This record gives sequence, structure tokens and C-alpha cells, in this order.
Amino acid sequence: MPDLIRHNGIHKDEWTLVPAPEKGEELTLPDGPALLPAAVWKENRDQYAGRNDIGIWFDSHEEPEHYSDLIGDLPVIAVNFPKFTDGRGYSIARLLRERYGYTGELRAVGDVLLDQLFYMKRCGFNAYALREDKDITQAEHCLNFFSNTYQAAADIKEPLFRRRAS
Amino acid sequence: MYVYDEYDRQILNERVAQFRHQTDRALAGELAEDEFLPLRLQNGLYIQRVAPMLRIAVPYGMLRSAQLRRLARITRDYDKGYAHFTTRQNVQLNWPAVEDVPDILAELAEVEMHANQTSGNCIRNTTTDQFAGVQADEEVDPRPYCELIRQWSTYHPEFAFLPRKFKVAVNASEDHDRAAVQVHDIGLEIIRNDAGEIGFRVYVGGGLGRTPVVGPVIREFLPELDLLTYLEAILRVYNRYGRRDNKFKARIKILVKAMTPEVFAEKVEEEWSHIKDTPTRLTPEAIERVKAFFTEPDYAALENNPDTLDAQRAESKAFDAWVKRNVNEHKKPGYSIVTLTLKKTGVPPGDVTDRQLEQIADLAEQYSFGEVRVTHQQNVVLADVRQDQLFELWQAIRPMGFATANLGTLTDIICCPGGDYCALANAKSIPVAEAIQRRFDDMDYVYDLGDIDLNISGCMNACGHHHVGNIGVLGVDKKGEEFYQISLGGSSQRDASLGKILGPSFAREEMPDVIEKIINVYVDQRTEEETFLDTYRRIGIDPFKERVYA
Repeated sequence: MPDLIRHNGIHKDEWTLVPAPEKGEELTLPDGPALLPAAVWKENRDQYAGRNDIGIWFDSHEEPEHYSDLIGDLPVIAVNFPKFTDGRGYSIARLLRERYGYTGELRAVGDVLLDQLFYMKRCGFNAYALREDKDITQAEHCLNFFSNTYQAAADIKEPLFRRRAS
Repeated sequence: MYVYDEYDRQILNERVAQFRHQTDRALAGELAEDEFLPLRLQNGLYIQRVAPMLRIAVPYGMLRSAQLRRLARITRDYDKGYAHFTTRQNVQLNWPAVEDVPDILAELAEVEMHANQTSGNCIRNTTTDQFAGVQADEEVDPRPYCELIRQWSTYHPEFAFLPRKFKVAVNASEDHDRAAVQVHDIGLEIIRNDAGEIGFRVYVGGGLGRTPVVGPVIREFLPELDLLTYLEAILRVYNRYGRRDNKFKARIKILVKAMTPEVFAEKVEEEWSHIKDTPTRLTPEAIERVKAFFTEPDYAALENNPDTLDAQRAESKAFDAWVKRNVNEHKKPGYSIVTLTLKKTGVPPGDVTDRQLEQIADLAEQYSFGEVRVTHQQNVVLADVRQDQLFELWQAIRPMGFATANLGTLTDIICCPGGDYCALANAKSIPVAEAIQRRFDDMDYVYDLGDIDLNISGCMNACGHHHVGNIGVLGVDKKGEEFYQISLGGSSQRDASLGKILGPSFAREEMPDVIEKIINVYVDQRTEEETFLDTYRRIGIDPFKERVYA
């Protein structure tokens, strides 16, 4: 089982990410907890209702707007970074947290590298499937590089201009 | 100007430590080149044609004497003893070593400077009018808003990996637009509404480069407290929907065009409706806090045009010419705005030596409250000079090479580093600028020609802003040979327009002749009051075409 970084340490990842099925292909569920493509899950969500071993994942071009009132009870939502330079996942995470009030585990998957962890955390992620070739022992250091920030985001509700001692 | 507090210092010091960590890992092979690339770009570091290049930020163009002295020391200790002022009010070092960059950044941080977000697909340095705060036709100083934008955009976690670079400019002058807001990704014009409240007219999707566009207005009046939430809404729409499949179609101007400005504006308003009342909404106290850093210096009570000045101008024709050209009106009686021109023939436009940086620092302390501004025309401004000290200042700067009285004229050329330095360039630009300056070396003739913007870019990335030059020159590559295409009629002023291409391009050695022919058409056809641009707009491009290609 691959490793997963959470804010309380490194864990074995029990979840399997199920890729989007090709046209005409049936979705087969793996053994154990599974992350389903958001669109597939949405279509069949009655069948997964109430299961705490089913989560979903968004690709970077997808729009969480279309899922806003469906996702509250999901145990895990993942957002895919097809390439670390694709910054759309940061906006998706903030929308899920700040607009749609999602409070469960929000994990970054795909091309997840060390130097982006801090920004991901700020946008609301709390779990990270670091790319396998990266040194996971450096993750905590990188997650906490800055002790303060100028902007409000998913982690800090007030921007610095409201927090400065005047 | 703005002074850092403990928060600003701590955040910047942590950034330096972060980049040191990243550079160490890159040099140790733990970070692949493509993984290090956006990290180093967002810390100002390019790997260039002949050497790395470090672009240091000068937020909205303001520098203190202590910062100039530190820049001078850095160019001596880590570079070849000179620096280059860019067309985005920044400073570039052309020869730093990659492994030294963390040390350079640490030295900069000690004087509250950095190279944050001076490159890469992120929100870049916010620019404004170099005469902000001292001009008569400005009710509101734009710099506090620039500083608020600087803080908001610095290490913004959501917008560090945009589809492409993103530039914001702010203008508050009623009569001029020295910030060229209509050719920026976002242009903000500070205005008052009918109720007398301060706000912004918001332009989005202007820009130069491969597809030049004059940006449309998407909101006529944005109240000042809503500045940051509205910017966040624009950036979020762009981050999510801007094209990422094609680098050349990734700027926001392409998205705005594809959606239409109306639909784009609706999308922004929809996004904004969700976030306009979040804590990111500015407070009057937050604005007041920053405004307190941009209060007036301790001006003396003086009269305009002291008798001594008139006498000095009458006595020295050269001084009089310099006052006419390089000195601008100040809002306070008895004070003037002086531009130190860095356009001496034979010196690449915008280049300064370490010694000159120190001289500028001394001049600022002696004559202008210890501050200068960098202009996007690659000159340096002393904003608060007493009129009774102008003659003394002029005498001091002549041997330093800052008194070339050509501000705003044909030989005050905006010019990118070009093929001599830049890896992107198709052609050299500096030798073209020099050849034109040498051809037009009769200053009386140059004065007679009046205001003409001649802008040169070495490639279509348009760092030399050729599209908005009254005369624009673009370096192109034709089967491995350097050629130059000319456009006429561009302007970055309030009546912004993009230049029209004259016709087939020219070899470098033809350029002075071609420019001379263009100028001769103007001289033949102008009426008494017309500038070059006026004449061009009246007679069109054909008379120029006929003369040049005859």
C-alpha cells in the first residue's frame, strides 16, 4: 500500500483510485474503499448511498458546482493534478471547502510534489498522495514553510490586514 | 514609501529560506529541471542565452537610497558591476551564478527587496505611474492600492500556477496614462463616482505580445473596499477557464475574447457575488494604514519659478533645454519632477553601472527626500526637487550621464535587452537603438520633432512595447537572418491604439535610413501643432509607405 500524508503524520493509504472507464466499459469496484470518478458516481449515486467506503475524485477541468449539494457526507474527495503546473485544482479545493462546506478528507492526487504542499494546504487539502519518487520525510517541513500569510484562504479566515496589530 | 513590519520581514525571510532549500535540492539533483523551473522563475531567476538572469522586483517602481546602494553592492559582488532597468519598472542582473542567488535574495531581503513573482505564470509586479503622488492632475495616490495588491498577490496559494503570466497596472492621473492600463491583463483606473466615492474602472484582457489587444472595460465603477475580492474573482475565473493546452493562447485576453467581454464580466460578477463579503473585503482601516506610508514629505513653503531659475535658464541654453524636456510640473509650488535619463547614446537603454546606482542614491538623498522611481521608459525619476536647486542638480548629473535632455523624444528609446542577452529574442535590439540615436544626434532637430515614442522589441513577446510605440520596431528572424518590421501609430496613452504594420521588414543597416524617411514624411506633412501621432492619425499610413518603399 502506498503512503499518504495527513496533517497528523504518514499513513498507509487504503483507498484505491478508480480511473474513469472508457466508453462502453463497466466500472468495476476494487476490494476495499474506492475513489470513483465524480461523474460516474453522480450518475449512480443511489446505489452508493450511505457507504463510508466510497469517495469521489475530480479531474482538474471538472466543476464542483454541479455537485454542490451532493457531497456533504462523502468520507473522501480527491482532486487530481494531471501536471503540477495545472493550477485548477487549487480553485476546486477552495470552492469545496469555502463555498460548499465540505469538511471530510480532501486529498491531492496525481503529480503531487513537495514544493506545492504548502499552497495545497492553504487551499483546503488535508491529505496528499505525494508522487512516489519524492522524499516523503521532507513533507512536513514543506507543509509548514511559512509561519504567516498575507491572504485569507481555506486555512486562515482573515487576511493579514485584519490581523495586524494596529 | 511602504516600510516593512515584522510580518512582512518574517514572510520574506521564510521565502528566502524556502528558495535556498529548493536551490540546494535542484543542485543536488533531487529536483528535476522542469520541477525547479517554475520555482526559480517565481523567484526571478531565468536561465538565459549566455548566463542566468535575475529580475529583481521594484514594487510600483519605488526605491530608497539604501536599496540603490545595496543593488550597487550586489552588482559588484555577484555580477559584472552593472544592472538594467526594465520596461516593467524592475531591475535585472545579467550575470549572476545560480548557486549565488539565495545569497543575493538574502541580501535584498535585508533592505526589504526581493525577486518575488517577477517571472513565471503568476501575478507579477503591479506597476503604476512614475509621477504618482506628485502630479497636479491626480486626486488619489495610486501607490497604497498597489501595495495592497502586492500583499494580496504575494504567494497567493490559489494563483501560483495560472495558465500564463498575469500583469496588473494602476493609474490615477486624469490627463495621462503613464501606466498603460489598457494593455495589461487587468488595468485599474482610480476614479470617483457621482457620489464622490473612490473606486476603480476595471479593464481586463489587454496586452501586447503575439496577439496585441486594447482591453475592454468590464466594470465601470468598483468601490475601493471591493478591490481585492473583485481581483480574486477575476483571477479565479481565469485560473479555472483560461486555456492551458496552448501557451500562445493562454493569456486572459484570449479567454475574454473567446467568451466575449460581456459574458466574461457576467462570470466574474457571479463569482464575486459569493465572495464579496468575505473577510478579504478591504476595511477603511487597512487602506488608511497603508496610505499612512505615502504621506507628503516635509515640503518647504516655496514660490513657483524663482527668479534665479529664470536667470539660469536665460543664461544657459543647454540647461533651458533640459528643463523643458526632462523636468515636469509638480503639485507643490516651488518643486519639480526631474527625470534622470538613462538613454545616453552608446549605452544600452536602461543600463546603469554600480557607481551610477550609488550616484543616484546620493542625488536622491541630497535633492529628493531619499527616494526615486523607476519608469517603464527605463529612466529614473527624482520626484521632489526644489526649483531653486535644479541648476545645481543639472550641473551635478551632466558628468554622470543622466542629463541627456531627450525625455519623450525620438532618441528616448524603449528597448528590450534583445538578442545580445535574451534567449527568446529573434534579433538584437540594442545596436538598432544606438544606430538610430547616432543618426539623430542633432538635439535641436530632435526637440523640433517633439514627442515621439520609438519602441524596440527583439521578438514578439514585446518586452520593448513595440505595438504601442508611435514608431514600433520588431525584430524578426528570416531564415536565420535578423530583420526588423516597422509599425506606426501605436500609443499607450489614454487614447491607446496598436500600431499598424508598415510593410516588409528591413535589414539592420537600413534602419536609420528608414526611420529618417518616416520622420521626413512627418516633417513635410505636419501642421504647426501636430505631434507625430496626430499627423499619422490624420494622413494615415500610405504616405509613409510610399516614401519608405519608393
